[in-house]
Amino acid sequence: MNAPVTTPTGKSRPIGASAVRSGGVDRVTGGQQYVCDVRVTDPLQVKLVTIHSARARILSIDTSAAAKVPGVRLVLTAADLPQPVPRFGPHVEDRPVLAVGQVNYHGEPVAAVAAETRRAAEEAAGLVRVEYEELPPVFTVDAALAPEAPLVLDPSLRPAGDPRAQTNIFSEHHFGWGDPESVEEEADLVVENSYEYPIVTHFAIETHACIAAPDNDGVVVWSTVQHSFQLQKMLAKVLKLPLSKVRIIAPDAGGGFGGKQWANIQPLVALMALRLGRPVRLVLTLEESFQAVRRTSAKVRIRTGLRKDGTLVFEDIESNFLIGAYVDISDRVVSKGSYLAGGPYRVPAVRIVARAVLSNTPPATAMRGFGVPETAWAREMNLDEGALALGIDRLDIRLRNLVRYGEQFVPNDTPADGRWEQVVKRAAELIGWGSPVPPGRGRGLALGLKSGPTTGLSYSTVRLLADGSAVVFSGTSDMGQGARTVFSQIAAEELGVPVEQVAVVMGDTAVVPYDQQTSASRSTVIMGTAVLNACRDIQAQVRTAAARVYGLEESEVSVDGGVVCLPDRELPLVEVAKAGLGKMGGEYVGNGIGRRDPVAGHPLSGTAVFFEFNCTAIEVEVDRRTGELILHRHVSVGDTGKSLNPMQVKAQDDGAAIMGLGHAMMEHYIFDDAGRVRNLGAIDYRIPTSKDLPLELISESVENGDGPGPYGAKGVSEGSILCVAPALGAAVRDAIGIAIRDLPLSPERVWRAMNASRS
Amino acid sequence: MNDRFPIDLKINGQSYSVDVSACDTLLDFLRDQLGLTGTKECCVVGECGVCTVIVNGRTVNSCLMLAAEADGCDVLTVEGLATEGRLSPLQQSFLDHGAAQCGFCISGQLMSAHNLLTRKPHPTVEDVQEALAGNLCRCAGYEQMAEAVLDVAKGAKE
Ligand code: FES
Ligand code: FES
Repeated sequence: MNAPVTTPTGKSRPIGASAVRSGGVDRVTGGQQYVCDVRVTDPLQVKLVTIHSARARILSIDTSAAAKVPGVRLVLTAADLPQPVPRFGPHVEDRPVLAVGQVNYHGEPVAAVAAETRRAAEEAAGLVRVEYEELPPVFTVDAALAPEAPLVLDPSLRPAGDPRAQTNIFSEHHFGWGDPESVEEEADLVVENSYEYPIVTHFAIETHACIAAPDNDGVVVWSTVQHSFQLQKMLAKVLKLPLSKVRIIAPDAGGGFGGKQWANIQPLVALMALRLGRPVRLVLTLEESFQAVRRTSAKVRIRTGLRKDGTLVFEDIESNFLIGAYVDISDRVVSKGSYLAGGPYRVPAVRIVARAVLSNTPPATAMRGFGVPETAWAREMNLDEGALALGIDRLDIRLRNLVRYGEQFVPNDTPADGRWEQVVKRAAELIGWGSPVPPGRGRGLALGLKSGPTTGLSYSTVRLLADGSAVVFSGTSDMGQGARTVFSQIAAEELGVPVEQVAVVMGDTAVVPYDQQTSASRSTVIMGTAVLNACRDIQAQVRTAAARVYGLEESEVSVDGGVVCLPDRELPLVEVAKAGLGKMGGEYVGNGIGRRDPVAGHPLSGTAVFFEFNCTAIEVEVDRRTGELILHRHVSVGDTGKSLNPMQVKAQDDGAAIMGLGHAMMEHYIFDDAGRVRNLGAIDYRIPTSKDLPLELISESVENGDGPGPYGAKGVSEGSILCVAPALGAAVRDAIGIAIRDLPLSPERVWRAMNASRS
Repeated sequence: MNDRFPIDLKINGQSYSVDVSACDTLLDFLRDQLGLTGTKECCVVGECGVCTVIVNGRTVNSCLMLAAEADGCDVLTVEGLATEGRLSPLQQSFLDHGAAQCGFCISGQLMSAHNLLTRKPHPTVEDVQEALAGNLCRCAGYEQMAEAVLDVAKGAKE
């Protein structure tokens, strides 16, 4: 399982081999420094003050008792901040650093205490007296859309002239082609149903943490953030500092899953540090992290029109996504998650209406799958219903409608970039589709499709050092997906350096060049291209050096991976590089860019760089007395183009599949009547443990080298979560003959469904 | 509140005589007082397992034990697994199997697995899943961890 060591001629290649994780040793010795492990000199500890209400008018805040606690250095409320209180957000700047006059979701901070010790900060936070008047909250789609519903978002925070300012609809997106109404009569069957996907949360085991310290005339911020350069830009604006004076250090995060992309606590912590002139540190509790980030939930109504033979005639999809009290990036989740709601199918007419509905709930943000699991749940379940009504095999109906390689299935967008029928057939084979199903069990199969990034910009610098080792500089964050390892493999491949001798430096905006963001499974493709181009820049320099050293024309020299080809022989690139440096030593510095420009007028501002395509198939047994599900086999097959590190790809796929099972079987926020989240915490919320695994979990990839990334790679890490829920829902229906259209498929829900059908 | 107690204990084979705060947990003591930050913190109520250490041969959620209670105890943390700079077979196996992804839960997983192998050098896969059931991993490398543990067991003497 160890990486192959590159031979002197560079022939044995790191790409496609499972190099052990770069940073892996620190992860098994406890040596890795996460933000919460970073030690700064003489820090103050911060504790947030919240009230137990989802929506309330703040009448007064009395900080006098808190300020008297020994060791307390600051009790900060909105009134103490610059006025008007700075607001921020990736889409609209709607979120205040601290609640201004009103709390809009359960857990929104109203004040913050900084003290010499954590205990003093906690004690003081408990002594801050907040008088407030409860206001009626909205925390469901129906309540938010009711005509008399109170407004969640202050209209003045909306874009000027927003026609929806007096509603709780933040935005409404319309996508599609053809006209479902005019083709409806061609359909022999129309299936119409509503499906719900609940609120779930990221639950990265590392909670959100931030340390900020004054740094000469600027600020340095350590943050568990995925997009360090976006945070830098946002903080520079809030703090009115040039980018050069805002340094973000983002050590590898302990899991992100999208929840650590955008700012939440960082502006507050940075403002406190600058005000106090001392380092301050805030590590959220698990409960606070639950209240900081969560996935969009959705209510999807779908009409699927089919011919007798199973051919899709139209899809008509209306999805209402419940977002939080502040928009964060959720509007993009709604639009991007809905844009491909029609699925990987050839459909003559598709209409998609998607709304982002504001509510007094914790802010919804990006999460693995980015809106796609919500819509895939509805589409795939409904397609099954059609197949069953028409008496068509559920696999056949998918293969019949599935687009083939090169087919443009969304007008003016990227054509199908994979041989997806291979993926589907492989998954069907692995689940034993068509073979008799053991009694008491059922099988289901579903397809998921997600567009990768639609724009991108990543810079990388690679340095080939005098001894033939190399350093890669990249602004990507490695939160477990293994980007470090992949970049070291690319450099090893291109420069002929053993993978163990490549260091990868990340996570410091003062050190690495710009990267737009770490999201949408983009890093292998876009940053990977930047790394590749930086290495090619070095190859070109070495080629020039070779011509000089060996007295040749440059045209007589070529470079292939780590090998320099001269007219009469091949030499390892590093040998030639060393000769080129001569006695003085020095190094080669290569720069590279990975870039995808926006497309004007495109509804997502750009076409898909690649697609993540997945087929999940499940065999489940249902315990008829308890409603419990026993997963006998879970199959997930994706299309990676080329798996640069198969071991990491499999681990990410397994992990996404298990997270998907968590969403499908157990996870959801439970609200009380007043809109407060009742199940904050590990046990009350519940995610899969080592005892909740399918008896057999199979993750595989189809590789045809047809991706746009280095060596034909596409992005991975999200595919395996996209359609777990509908595959499971279909398997359960196959077992018990009842379609359940809400999640999670908890024992209670399954039992109730069986019981209702019995009586 | 600020009472301090003198305690004597062994951590990773080294003896300590220290004063600890009456209200510090073993986790606080390890991380904040000794700077042994390999042991992680998440839920602080005994539900996630990232703070798992071994005390007198038993796995313990160090967020649930007071530092003062560790008086006279023998404590093993993740920092004590490698010897003389060499990874233990279990650590090496986690690495080889790609079991550590983001890594945040891994210290706790290693301690639970280490203790299992000490008690039962040849566990079944069910034993491993049971032993790790109190250690959440959101990267969900459960299969990779189980394989890593079983691989070590294969190499162990009967
Ligand atoms: S931090 Fe101790 S069990 Fe979670
Ligand atoms: S490796 Fe990330 S939580 Fe376990």
